[in-house]
Amino acid sequence: MSRVGTAAQPRVISPQKRRRFFSRGDKFTLGFFIGIPTILHIGLVWFPALATIYLSFTYWTGINPQDIVWAGLANYENILFNTPIFWEALRVNAIWLGWFFVIATPLGVLLAYQIDREIRGHKFYQSAYYLPVVLSLAVTGIIWNFLLRPDGFVNGLLGLEISEAISFFGDDRYNVWVIMIMASWRHIGYIMLLYLAGLKAVDSALREAATIDGATEWQTFRKVVFPAMRPVNVIVLVITIIESLRAFDMVYIIYGGRGGLPILGVLVFENIAGEGASMKGAAYAVILFLLSIVPIIAYLNQQFKEDDR
Amino acid sequence: MTSVKPEVQQESQKRKKKLHAQQIKDRFISIFIGIFAIAWIFPIAWTLWSSLRPYKEIRAGGVFSPPQELGLFNYAEAIDRMQLPQYFWNTVVITVPAVFLILLFGSLIAFVVTRYSFRFNVAMLLLFTAGNLLPAQLVFIPVFKMYLAIGDAVGDRRFLYDSPIGVILIHVAFQMGFATFVLSSYMKTIPKEISESAMMDGASVFRHYFTVILPLLRPPLASLGVLMTTWIYNDFFWALVLMSTDNKRPITSALGRLQGEFVTDYNLLAAGAMIAALPTLLVFFILRKQFVSGLTLGATKG
Repeated sequence: MSRVGTAAQPRVISPQKRRRFFSRGDKFTLGFFIGIPTILHIGLVWFPALATIYLSFTYWTGINPQDIVWAGLANYENILFNTPIFWEALRVNAIWLGWFFVIATPLGVLLAYQIDREIRGHKFYQSAYYLPVVLSLAVTGIIWNFLLRPDGFVNGLLGLEISEAISFFGDDRYNVWVIMIMASWRHIGYIMLLYLAGLKAVDSALREAATIDGATEWQTFRKVVFPAMRPVNVIVLVITIIESLRAFDMVYIIYGGRGGLPILGVLVFENIAGEGASMKGAAYAVILFLLSIVPIIAYLNQQFKEDDR
Repeated sequence: MTSVKPEVQQESQKRKKKLHAQQIKDRFISIFIGIFAIAWIFPIAWTLWSSLRPYKEIRAGGVFSPPQELGLFNYAEAIDRMQLPQYFWNTVVITVPAVFLILLFGSLIAFVVTRYSFRFNVAMLLLFTAGNLLPAQLVFIPVFKMYLAIGDAVGDRRFLYDSPIGVILIHVAFQMGFATFVLSSYMKTIPKEISESAMMDGASVFRHYFTVILPLLRPPLASLGVLMTTWIYNDFFWALVLMSTDNKRPITSALGRLQGEFVTDYNLLAAGAMIAALPTLLVFFILRKQFVSGLTLGATKG
């Protein structure tokens, strides 16, 4: 029989005999409470995820399940050896990650640190940096296009006529960096918010003690604050990696999903929308997943380790 | 005794000097961050400014030409020509039920997992949390095929595919994981005694949830609700890939097409983008507390 007890510590024995068994009605309710969400979640998340992994090893026109033909590693070989754009996309994603890691995320942390010290105007600054976080990436794309289009603000500032205007999104010399700046516009505020919340939780006595001992500001941050922020650091790191691997919306809205700057997220989309008989899109999705599996595990590990405490 | 005095004085002077240096430094930092902050809001301000002017003025006189006409005419035209009310309605039809179901399901799972000890508690929590972290691209192809197959089985191809129901379901399935995670970590802070006394009084599981636990969950539910509304409102991917009829799409996804269509009148598009951003700006100005706490609840466990 189902030995379902209450969640209290088992050693505590109450004078009254604890109700160990549920009535039929309760069992039904519990099953209902758990069952429906679980079925939905497994059916629309886990099952499709496993199916995609399976499909990435097949050829399929995508109509009848009977037509699925085992292809082994053919889709992956095709991507790795015959699709130069994959490597280009990987390069862009790597630049994205590097940029976030070296520039955007540290800037967000720095901002959070300064705002947390309540420097003059910190309330206004916090709002300004936080504003892009609530905007959708579709709106962000339009807003930045406004600055960077041929008859936009930046070209106007440079005094360039439309005929000689710089095409910031079209020119390979600029497009990666322009997109990095746009992405950072949002990412920095996001990291700032997360870090700020973490900093608020750090005991200020720790910092004071370090200052009294004669530690410089940098030393205090490096040796006291930063280690105390470990959980937040992990999350910030995970977000940095995941966001730069999965970037899709902004590039899609700027280039309309075709051509332009190749990134993995868009490649998956392109190969779904215009799929041939191969399941190349599925293979791209699996590659994307494999690349982000390390941060996912790091995150889960952190969250569930805390649970045990 | 007197010999100590100058030392103390020196010390306090030193400290004063240090404090002064710190003040100057802070002033510099503040100015630096301030300049950045203005640069940060400039793109939005510029779009707002442009949306108040007719595009033909810019064509004629360049971006920096002094405005001859200023007004909300672009907004009126955008609402009318871009069918924005229709797209907004599409968004409401998707977002409201999705957020409601996410909160309901998330709280149910969290309730059972934290209040009743099953053998699978941690595994359940892990399942939902990890599911939420999977990339959308990894699940898309089968979901798409399943929607079509279910549609064919029901006899209406557009039962899930190209329908708000399909988009709602996928949002619920995905975000439920996040809600479960956040709510269960909140629920662990609610004393077990409350549940025990409820059970002792013979309250059914159903009453235990609705009359005892649910009222206590109001703060995290509010935060999550605001966060989820913003996320789903801003979502681009699912409505784009799971809907083929443009005028069923929510406003955020529709912006992509509008951008192509109104490329000849960019200031009109600016007005459209500003209108589309309006609900999220409301979140920014009014519900920021909930938004930020929702965001950080998930990240730092309250």
